[in-house]
Amino acid sequence: MDKVKGIADKTFNKTSFLVPLVAIILGLLCGAIAMLAGGFDPILAYQSLLKKLFGSPYDMGEAIRAITPLLFTGTAVAFAFRTGLFNIGVEGQFMMGMTGATVIGITLDLPWYLHAPLAIIVGALCGGLWAALTGYLKAVRGVNEVISSIMLNWVALYLSNYIIRAFFVAKGQQKSDPIQESALVSIGWLSDAMDHARMHWGTVIALLGIGVFYIILWRTKQGYELRAVGQSPDAALYAGINVNRTIVKSMFISGLFAGLAGVFETLGVFGYQTMLAAPWGYGFDGIAVALLGGNTPIGVLLGAILFGGLSYGSAGMSFGAGVPPELVRIVIGSIIFFIASHGIVKFFIKPFLGRRADKRKEAI
Amino acid sequence: MNALEILGQLINVTLVFSTALIFTGLGGLFSERSGVINIGLEGLMVSGAFAAAVITDYAIQAGYEESAPWIGLVGASIFGVLFALLHAVSTITFKADQTIVGVVINILAAGIAIYLTKSLYEGSGQTTTLTHVFNKWEIPYLSDIPFFGEAFFKAYPTTYVVILLVIISYIVLYKTHFGLRLRAVGEYPSSADTVGISVTKYRYIGVLLSGALAGLGGATITLTTTSNFAHNTISGQGFIAIAAVIFGKWNPLGVAGAAIFFGFAQAIRNFAQLFEWSQQIPTEFFYMLPYVLTLVVLVGAVGRSAAPGSLGEPYDPAKR
Repeated sequence: MDKVKGIADKTFNKTSFLVPLVAIILGLLCGAIAMLAGGFDPILAYQSLLKKLFGSPYDMGEAIRAITPLLFTGTAVAFAFRTGLFNIGVEGQFMMGMTGATVIGITLDLPWYLHAPLAIIVGALCGGLWAALTGYLKAVRGVNEVISSIMLNWVALYLSNYIIRAFFVAKGQQKSDPIQESALVSIGWLSDAMDHARMHWGTVIALLGIGVFYIILWRTKQGYELRAVGQSPDAALYAGINVNRTIVKSMFISGLFAGLAGVFETLGVFGYQTMLAAPWGYGFDGIAVALLGGNTPIGVLLGAILFGGLSYGSAGMSFGAGVPPELVRIVIGSIIFFIASHGIVKFFIKPFLGRRADKRKEAI
Repeated sequence: MNALEILGQLINVTLVFSTALIFTGLGGLFSERSGVINIGLEGLMVSGAFAAAVITDYAIQAGYEESAPWIGLVGASIFGVLFALLHAVSTITFKADQTIVGVVINILAAGIAIYLTKSLYEGSGQTTTLTHVFNKWEIPYLSDIPFFGEAFFKAYPTTYVVILLVIISYIVLYKTHFGLRLRAVGEYPSSADTVGISVTKYRYIGVLLSGALAGLGGATITLTTTSNFAHNTISGQGFIAIAAVIFGKWNPLGVAGAAIFFGFAQAIRNFAQLFEWSQQIPTEFFYMLPYVLTLVVLVGAVGRSAAPGSLGEPYDPAKR
């Protein structure tokens, strides 16, 4: 009995469970305050947000479409975090994955059972290698991964734009030629069933990816080494683990997830690639997802649903209540702020927790 | 145009781009010297650029055309301080992870700035173009010198301010009690605490100074380069400023030198269309240049030992 209770206490540890919850509530409150300050009606705005999310099969399908890349990027960031690395370069790895898939998707002429998998694999590898570069610079040259990966984000953006503009641009447009049908991974019957929402196999693979994230880290020897380096590089080194190789490996795997996010945006959602003036933002949202989810597989799933839903629903806010959709960025930012500075949240909820703990002591 | 004239203009434009980087780099320097990593410089610059655009606009409407940019500049540094206060409270008082809070500052500042822009300017994603921004000051007589006049003595007032600030920062850091204490707090907080220096107080000062200076950096871009604020006004300059802090070995003069180097990489872009041979190079590569150079410099020139000793670690007196 005691053992079971111990496990339950660990999983549903009051503070670890309450902090994200309180942070979400405080974040939504911050959003409401910002709306009041801007002269908008927060209740109407949040209602419009929910209406946009659940209003029609099309919207629900599109919300899933918006959640999918966050599942990938959230997993990518969480994976790196577990090994002690802050992969802020998911954005660039996303771009490289997208570009890799686009190049294969347009240039090659293969049957569908070869074409789509090849495009997916090449895209994922592009993301993985881009991330491994950051890992290599950190391991060998001691360059802080945060700075190098931010620089690589911009390089990836302009490199992708260059590749599209120089080789694949559709005449007179800011985007590439369409991807060949054989490389597309949309699910036709499901899209038809959901009023032509853009449903694709990436969602399924993203969910599998979260499972892989769990299995690699907690069920393999490699994962044990990765986590050991994350906990304490010095102790891991002393235990005979090659820390430098582990850093590169961890970044590579993290980059694979990030690359896949971009792959499915091209192959599943758009069917072409646009030249961008600024990054998409899925990478930065991935950081938010990972932090909200405490870098756990289930947490990433829930975090992606929350942030993906908020982002997709923000269009409804501007339509229904006139609120600029950027308000959702404030809400998301505030939520991570309160999670990162959980000291502040605990400060808020301490009086309640303390009283309960006292009561329990009295009962014993 | 002959080669010397082009070179003179290149230096002139380099100084324009460098000014913002030096302001922000000095901000990062004070924060990191006190032991707090500030990845949020980018967000602090965004808040400064936004505040400068809006406050200058309102000052112009209120009839203070001539002094409007200066009012905007002051307002921008106040705005920067407000965001930095958020950073300071959570990382110093509540011991939150400095890197994560920095990222949060970036997300929040960008979100709030665009949200307020759209709220204040009827849904438009950018502020109105300012009719009065800084004009270049031509130093009498000196600006008439061939080459040197064009290169160094026809600059925006902010450039002269920042050069003064570099010198002041150097003196403050290395020649005053305040500077010694700030560096001590960043290097060995427990020793500093033992001799009665308040680690918390000096770290707050370091972080808030970084907010004020990065705010000025962002404002510089609005008031000398773009004349308005939009979502892409600040695109990575804050991060380049962090790289300048590292490349400059946490020394004001070094930071200024590194910032000028990165400013040069940005300025080169404007001259790409001048020559036959440089027109052959795709524009994307010129856009990449500052970021690639930053990487190359970090790979080639960084020693791990130069960083302040306690950088990134919250100070916990209980562990002394």
